[in-house]
Amino acid sequence: MTGEPLVRVRDLGKVFRSRASGFLVPPLETKAVDGVSFDIARGETLGLVGESGCGKTTTGRMVVRLLDPSMGSIRFDGAEISGLAGKALRDLRRDLQIVFQDPMSSLNPRMTAGELIVEPLVVHGVGDNASRQKRLRELIDIVGLLPHHAARFPHEFSGGQRQRIGIARALALSPRFLVLDEAVSALDVSIQAQILNLLQDLRAELSLTYLFISHDLGVIRFICDRVAVMYLGEIVEIADRAALFAAPRHPYTQALLASIPEVGVGKRRFQPLTGDVPSASNPPPGCRFNTRCPHVMDVCRSVRPKLAAVGAGHEAACHLLGPAHQTGPAG
Amino acid sequence: MLGTARRAAAAKAGGEAPLLEVTRLSVAFSGLTVVDGVSLSLREGEVLGIVGESGSGKSVTAQATMGLLPSSARVTADRLSLMGETLLGIGEKRLQRLRGSAMSMIFQEPMTALNPVLTIGRQIGETLVRHGVVTQGQARERSAELLARVGIPSPRSKLDDYPHQLSGGMRQRVMIAIAIACNPRLLFADEPTTALDVTIQAQILELLRELQQEYRMGIVLISHDLGVVSSFADRVAVMYAGRIVEDAAADAIFARPAHPYTRGLLASRPSATHDVARLTAIPGTVPPAFDLPSGCRFRTRCAQADAACAATDPPRVVVGPAHGAACLKPLLETPA
Repeated sequence: MTGEPLVRVRDLGKVFRSRASGFLVPPLETKAVDGVSFDIARGETLGLVGESGCGKTTTGRMVVRLLDPSMGSIRFDGAEISGLAGKALRDLRRDLQIVFQDPMSSLNPRMTAGELIVEPLVVHGVGDNASRQKRLRELIDIVGLLPHHAARFPHEFSGGQRQRIGIARALALSPRFLVLDEAVSALDVSIQAQILNLLQDLRAELSLTYLFISHDLGVIRFICDRVAVMYLGEIVEIADRAALFAAPRHPYTQALLASIPEVGVGKRRFQPLTGDVPSASNPPPGCRFNTRCPHVMDVCRSVRPKLAAVGAGHEAACHLLGPAHQTGPAG
Repeated sequence: MLGTARRAAAAKAGGEAPLLEVTRLSVAFSGLTVVDGVSLSLREGEVLGIVGESGSGKSVTAQATMGLLPSSARVTADRLSLMGETLLGIGEKRLQRLRGSAMSMIFQEPMTALNPVLTIGRQIGETLVRHGVVTQGQARERSAELLARVGIPSPRSKLDDYPHQLSGGMRQRVMIAIAIACNPRLLFADEPTTALDVTIQAQILELLRELQQEYRMGIVLISHDLGVVSSFADRVAVMYAGRIVEDAAADAIFARPAHPYTRGLLASRPSATHDVARLTAIPGTVPPAFDLPSGCRFRTRCAQADAACAATDPPRVVVGPAHGAACLKPLLETPA
């Protein structure tokens, strides 16, 4: 399908303010997300990858409107949703759902799996009891649980099965778009593979669109069509999966890929980045990666690079990639 | 490579005594056996990786060796020795002496292993003084040297910091500084980088490798991450439901895995270096310790399992040079 992408995010930002620590002391402002823009086409999976504190989770939560954006625009299926409230926001939630990392802390321990899965239908007043039970049977089947599981409580399930409940619950209202926030990160590798395959099947069968948030580049490579790499609240590179993994252009993406310990290449030395990620409440001036970048130049310490095209559908924000990126409103 | 060369040299010299020898170690909690007949050995300067999923018994194996399990745990072994000295039934006092000086351990989450109300300097100094490495007067100086050695910038000022003032990576460096303070011969590293971001993980693995070579420490690296183990270990043991199911040199086990579980683990791992259309997941879940299947513990999830696997507990069979698998139908290494 052509036309407007299902999700269009422009200059999205989130500022968290800490309480003022004293009289005349201004509150500390942390820009957790700062000017993030991306599109997600219908049926596509966009990956958001980055390390702790890069703003990927905050971005995902703003897109499903669990957090209010401080600035910027979010369009879903052609309509602006960043300012929705009340009933309009509740109606929107039928189309936008989220699956969290740890199902044990996102599922009410006193509700059975069946109650948890149909709860969104009850909350939204969808159908009657009979139709909800029918929908429950369908959902249990499509996520690979068994009918007798409906009567069990979350603690009776393994981690992988709990995540299946979380997915069934997210799918209950037949949404068109899912945010998966580290949805497989807490699972052992053999179970993680089951859930990743399930997510891949569901996307095809139910024509879903995903925003897949993960710190794991292997998982990202498996499930995503396009990938955005975040660092300290910004997207530093965005590209198709093939281009990003074959020819990463931003030094941070290159460092991330070089840091992954791979199987079967034997004992190897890492050439890790030096230093820690700076605090988001006090990011360095210029390029935010300049304190750790192996190729840092003078300009990087003063001028903030903008995302600019470096190939077909491939953008990166780095001064190394051409003088056109050094100043002004590029692109 | 280095490890192989060193082992070859040691073999030529008539064989040195292993640094760590564990034979048929079992651990039970209130009647439930969570580690069942595990045997391991480690030479000086060698890195052994133990791989397994949650509940495989890999951490309990390390804690049993260190004498860190609560008294409710029933630990038995035919042999459990460090540099020839048995560790079984030697009493808490001697164990305390050995812990820190001869063997030490780093954990996944330094925040829970470090004392939150004591400064970094105090915690390192305490270890040094208790083991008689330095006097109280020298402790601060030596602690600062150790912090510098593990790559902590401006180490002298960091001595007065509390753990919460440091980042996760820096805390793990402090824990490593404490672990190596008394120059131990054996270091257990239990998921040392699991809580860290990938660029910080690379830093910590590099640091551990440098220290291992500098101090010629033996390291037992416990991890669920096959990539971490593959890029760090000389030899690898794969654990499943309390048992070692396969053991071999690291290059052999990842190139020619013999046990269906090892092969399943490798096939289910999404790779960052090549595209995979579909992951080959291992069906089902790990059976709990109170409900283990008869015969082979992996048979309920194994595509090749048959009646024999239900009837027989598979013994370790040799499938290649220094390569064993506990399977009735292992994939044999093709002779080169």
